[in-house]
Amino acid sequence: MKTITVRYFALFREQAGVDEETLTLEASTAADIFEFTKPRHGSAEPSGHCKVAINDVMADWSTPVEDGDTVLLFPPVAGG
Amino acid sequence: MTRYCSFPRLLVADVIRVTADPIDPDDLRRELFDPAAGGYCAFEGWVRNENEGHTVLKLEYEAYEPVAVTEGEKILAEAAKKYPHLQAHCVHRTGLLEVGECAVWVGVASAHRDEAFRACRYIIDELKHRLPIWKKEHYADGHSGWVNCERCAEHSS
Repeated sequence: MKTITVRYFALFREQAGVDEETLTLEASTAADIFEFTKPRHGSAEPSGHCKVAINDVMADWSTPVEDGDTVLLFPPVAGG
Repeated sequence: MTRYCSFPRLLVADVIRVTADPIDPDDLRRELFDPAAGGYCAFEGWVRNENEGHTVLKLEYEAYEPVAVTEGEKILAEAAKKYPHLQAHCVHRTGLLEVGECAVWVGVASAHRDEAFRACRYIIDELKHRLPIWKKEHYADGHSGWVNCERCAEHSS
């Protein structure tokens, strides 16, 4: 089991109703975290337009997660 | 990207900032003055009063600054490599913005115009797709919506 802090942004934060939470779960990649938290953020689009960062560094959905990591779930961005 | 400009001999760096304060393009433009620059190109993104048929009253920008800045610095470094120029700055707003306000500013100074145009275009195009920044439109009918998130929202219920 790994302890992972998950942070939600913009639409995901509104859907989840929390900024962040700490989860204890079996997970090997960032995609696993996205899937596990689907009931929170409510999005079925893991890799298409959403992005992920781990410990403040942009990552891929296939990036491994380690015990103690902070995973940032970004809905589709819209700067500018 | 850090380098020495030819005159005055000061260390200058390409800079990206995320701020809740209003953007003043005149102040930002002055920061790029350089005797070696023969050209300057800037882009200002303004809050528009309409999107996809909806009347927009305000835009609310949210950014995750730590990653927006590191990713923005990568974009500036890429632009410097692809289109060598003297200096480039970028500023993005957060918070609630009124129609007509400047939401994003990109400025590039270079020896010749071509690099300034191309670097400016590269920076604004990349930052729109890569920085963790989101905008929520507030409509005249009282509703609001996160831009580009319709497909996410469709799956939520």
